[in-house]
Amino acid sequence: MAFLEIDHVSKYFPSHTGDGQVCIFKDVTIKIDKGEFVTTIGHSGCGKTTLLNIIAGLETMSEGGIILSGKEVSGPGLDRMVVFQTFSLMPWMTVFQNIRLAVKAAYPDWDREKIATHVHKYVDLVGLKGSETKRPTALSGGMKQRVGLARAFSIEPKVLLLDEPFAQIDALTRGVIQEELIQMWNTTRNTVFMVTHDVDEAILLSDRIMLMTNGPSARIAEIVDVTIPRPRSRETVIEHPHYYKIRNHIIHFLVRHAKHGTGGDGGPPDQPVSEAPLEVNFERDSLMLR
Amino acid sequence: MSGGRGNPWLISGFLLVVFLLAWHFFTLRAAFDPRGLTEDQLQMMEFNGDIDRTADGGYVWNPEKEKVKGVPGPLAVLDKARIELGEAFVKKGTNDHGIAYLVLYTVSRFAAGFLAASVVAIMLGVLLGLNKVLFRAVNPYIQILKPISPLAWMPLLLYTVKDPKWTAVLVVFMAALWPTLATTAFGVNSLRKDYLHVAAILQLSWFKRLYKVILPGAAPTIVNGLRISFGSALVAVVPAEMLLGELGVGYLSWIEWNNLDISGVIFAILVVGVVGVILDSGFNKLAGLVTYQE
Repeated sequence: MAFLEIDHVSKYFPSHTGDGQVCIFKDVTIKIDKGEFVTTIGHSGCGKTTLLNIIAGLETMSEGGIILSGKEVSGPGLDRMVVFQTFSLMPWMTVFQNIRLAVKAAYPDWDREKIATHVHKYVDLVGLKGSETKRPTALSGGMKQRVGLARAFSIEPKVLLLDEPFAQIDALTRGVIQEELIQMWNTTRNTVFMVTHDVDEAILLSDRIMLMTNGPSARIAEIVDVTIPRPRSRETVIEHPHYYKIRNHIIHFLVRHAKHGTGGDGGPPDQPVSEAPLEVNFERDSLMLR
Repeated sequence: MSGGRGNPWLISGFLLVVFLLAWHFFTLRAAFDPRGLTEDQLQMMEFNGDIDRTADGGYVWNPEKEKVKGVPGPLAVLDKARIELGEAFVKKGTNDHGIAYLVLYTVSRFAAGFLAASVVAIMLGVLLGLNKVLFRAVNPYIQILKPISPLAWMPLLLYTVKDPKWTAVLVVFMAALWPTLATTAFGVNSLRKDYLHVAAILQLSWFKRLYKVILPGAAPTIVNGLRISFGSALVAVVPAEMLLGELGVGYLSWIEWNNLDISGVIFAILVVGVVGVILDSGFNKLAGLVTYQE
């Protein structure tokens, strides 16, 4: 059985005109294994952040369920920690206090010293040693998100949810932090669900990439296996023969759906869209061609 | 701003000197000049209390009557201040306490009303800020109560609590309540949802959520409300004392008016100003501790 199961989750919002509902996405079903890194890509407005928030328990779903290690989850919890696009650090707390808030919450029985040691361990892990007493205002965007990552990893959640974590960070720093994330993930092997716009980021980090059509009534149209062996680094992944195949495939998909607007038929919400997502695997496909 | 040169302290000092000199000269009265007056006229004036005979046989204006002739000059006020400050810690009678006591009464009355109002306003404000429906239900009443002058409550308060001491405190309370209440509700309501999301994921208890996330997050806005409340409470405490006859610096101003001691009135006004400045700078120091940069 899958570790994290997103089972026929649909989300409707009341429409602006007040009559009826708008379907954001419908029947999203994914099974994620323990230690797997899964990314969702789609255009803005396809509901991918809403999907992430639903998994986190920060928003409610209209239909369906989320099952984490055999139990249905409802509401937010320490087992599903989010790394936010806007960092979401408390500006009135120092770096140390921000991480400590999370550690204290996750390990209420620990004494002061043990908590401090744990916080320092994760501050060191993201290379922020010496900045513990700084407040977020004094940090660059990249450093802020390092704190966000440290806070998320420090509570050792069952699932890490990354909500466009590097979207607000300049391109050069972004690459550096992506590699840092790979290293952290290599040591912990958390199960990760990420949403992003960035195709290169998705290929570098993920095991599987889910492609979402545009909303309303978005759905998962394809699941692309990233058939590039780990360990990966930014320099080596682009050398791999599958890199551009995967990249082009995803970009074609995104461009196609941008042109068609809705991407799907965009039919009324109660009309079932039940096609199973197409699975794309260049390794398997090339074997089959041979 | 253009023209940033010059020492502001120097300019402040210069303005003060200009003001004091102008005040001095506009209120200056010539010394009594007996020339051209007959002995009868002088005797009549002395009889009326306009002038006093000095030891050496000359005449001067009667200083007691001078007090209510025109506006006293800065020297008269300084003289009055010297006397008052000299007996700052003296209690001459039930209603004649030294200025230090009067300041103490006013400050404690102000502090009691302001602190009580702040606690109530922040608690209610948080409640309304977290619950939009409740806020919309209660908001009309706040809007109606907010513009009422705190002094308008005084007769009703006096009638119900039957004690001028507590009435004065409650007037300060009413003055300080609304600005903090309104801004706290706003500050909590407009707190970034991200912070609450983090608190929700970390499963913080209701109490921790309040004092680790909501209150510090809304603190800068709450402090702005407190600052407005602070000012309006300070404005309310003086007339409350005047009207209720409760000992304090506001009372001092009124009692000096009743005594027709205009120097005393001006002195009382200055004391009110100085007390206000000291309280305000103390408040700003405290406010600096809880604000943060986004």
